[in-house]
Amino acid sequence: MKTQTQTISAVIRKHKIRQVRKSILTHMFMITLTLIFLVPIFWMLSTALKTRWEIFVWPTTWIPKVLHWENFSDAFTRVPMLRFMGNTLFIIVVKIIGELLAVPLIAYGFARLRFPGKKVLFLLVISTMMIPLQTKLIPLFTMYVKLGLNDTYWPLILPAFTGTPFFIFLLIQYMKTLPRDLDDAAKIDGVGTFGILYRILLPLCIPALTIIVTYTFLWTWNEFLQPLIYLSTYEKFTIQLGLEMFKGIWSVEWNLLMAATLATMLPVLLMYFFAQKKLIGGIASVGLKG
Amino acid sequence: MRRPWKNRSQAEVKEAICGYISISPWLFGFVILTFIPILSTIYYSFTRWTIMDAPVWIGMENYVRMFTNDPLFYQAIKATGLYVAMSLPIVIVFGVLLSLLLNMKIKGMNFYRTLFYIPAVISGVSIAMLWTWLLQPDVGIVNTLLALVGIEGPKWFWDPKWALPSVASMSLWKVGGSAVIYLAGLQNIPPQLYEAAKIDGAGKVRTFFTITLPLLTPTLFFQLIIQMIEAFKVFTEAFVITKGGPLKATYFYLLYFYEEGFQHFNTGYASALILVLVVVIMSMTMLVNYTSNRWVYYEGDEKAK
Repeated sequence: MKTQTQTISAVIRKHKIRQVRKSILTHMFMITLTLIFLVPIFWMLSTALKTRWEIFVWPTTWIPKVLHWENFSDAFTRVPMLRFMGNTLFIIVVKIIGELLAVPLIAYGFARLRFPGKKVLFLLVISTMMIPLQTKLIPLFTMYVKLGLNDTYWPLILPAFTGTPFFIFLLIQYMKTLPRDLDDAAKIDGVGTFGILYRILLPLCIPALTIIVTYTFLWTWNEFLQPLIYLSTYEKFTIQLGLEMFKGIWSVEWNLLMAATLATMLPVLLMYFFAQKKLIGGIASVGLKG
Repeated sequence: MRRPWKNRSQAEVKEAICGYISISPWLFGFVILTFIPILSTIYYSFTRWTIMDAPVWIGMENYVRMFTNDPLFYQAIKATGLYVAMSLPIVIVFGVLLSLLLNMKIKGMNFYRTLFYIPAVISGVSIAMLWTWLLQPDVGIVNTLLALVGIEGPKWFWDPKWALPSVASMSLWKVGGSAVIYLAGLQNIPPQLYEAAKIDGAGKVRTFFTITLPLLTPTLFFQLIIQMIEAFKVFTEAFVITKGGPLKATYFYLLYFYEEGFQHFNTGYASALILVLVVVIMSMTMLVNYTSNRWVYYEGDEKAK
């Protein structure tokens, strides 16, 4: 009897040890892989803190002897990075306002109201999500030139006020999950059609709206092609254009270039850590955007 | 279903009017910013037009020139095709592998997931800058590390042979983006299936190929299409790092389109170029879609393997 319990506990202990060993090995593997993945970012930071001579020194130093934080302020004075960031932030804020005005209204129409031709129009919303932007770029560019709106922010912000199809789709799907009883109850209480949207449904859509705001921020911050085509005065440049210009001018001073690149990534990284749960959940639930 | 307007109740008419009002911003955007521009692009593709003067109708001439008398067009097709062929398998295979890792049930997994997703939120220009520095032939970290183990690294972006593979392998770093989507697919697989497989004595490899992979195919199918379209649209990397070189090795299609349309202002010809790309993308998507009933498993489908 006694020996039996002893062997059982021995078996359990052995099993536990094996499990612990396995989990330690798994963690070590994951940590190694993560480190390999993050080496580029570390290397960027390391370069950004070196002098312009130290970056070419052999053997390579992983951590600079003296941390030259002034490289960041240097990078910001060589090229008006702050100005570019401010420009981009301005565009982002206006675009967010546009999306928040347009998208809930449009999604409400598709998710809740009945009108002839809705199915066809909804199919059009979906199919415009798939059309490459470049297909309409030349006519749009000439249109804005004719209107005298090239080299302004209009071409970049106007589409937001007509609702981005991806966001419309996202919010339609979200609104469909809200119970219709809410609408009916409000209707009985005498709330009008649009009152239902703004007083009943919209407060419940805040999780979806957060995703829309976050994505508008990330995508606009990272946008390159459209600013490249529309903006020509460098005072109006967005941050990505500015970074590209930086590379053109100071292409050998990699410490400054990496400082500028890192500074450009920072707001995106902060935004990401701030909203990562919603963000990852949001992409996965829609599963459409790569 | 369809009834004439006079038979509709007043409430229905009112609702329909509200409906049109609510979608009107989208409708405006669709007509002005999408529908008319696309029709215009189609029209311009049949014209000779250099933005300064008026478009002149020349019929199929742009298309004929493209296929019979434009080496750059073939160069762009070749570079883009090679890029798609190289980067797509990387993104799919490593994306699935990473998602399997991130699906393990260990403590702190959320932490790893967060870290692997980081590169996916960083933009094209920043990433291009970073990789230009990492892959510098003489002082880049990659070649420095290779030198430590006695390998002389190639010149990466600056070698006609290596430039395209270098750009393609950049997508490896962003693989966390699609891994998260596969992860969602993996987590939708009912756990009972794994239990049943365990009872039947199936090993890990077998379980993967008979349960995980078939049930992941709907997600794979969507990702294959999305990632393929993305790969065809490769632009920023080449624009920032290589400018299409060396020896046009990374002269991707959209780079050619950009140069024709917005630098040389051959807008008529550029319109034709972009439409050919759209047709190529659409037919590739249809091809994938056509093969899908052979390999995509849908639940409730009896005949599926």
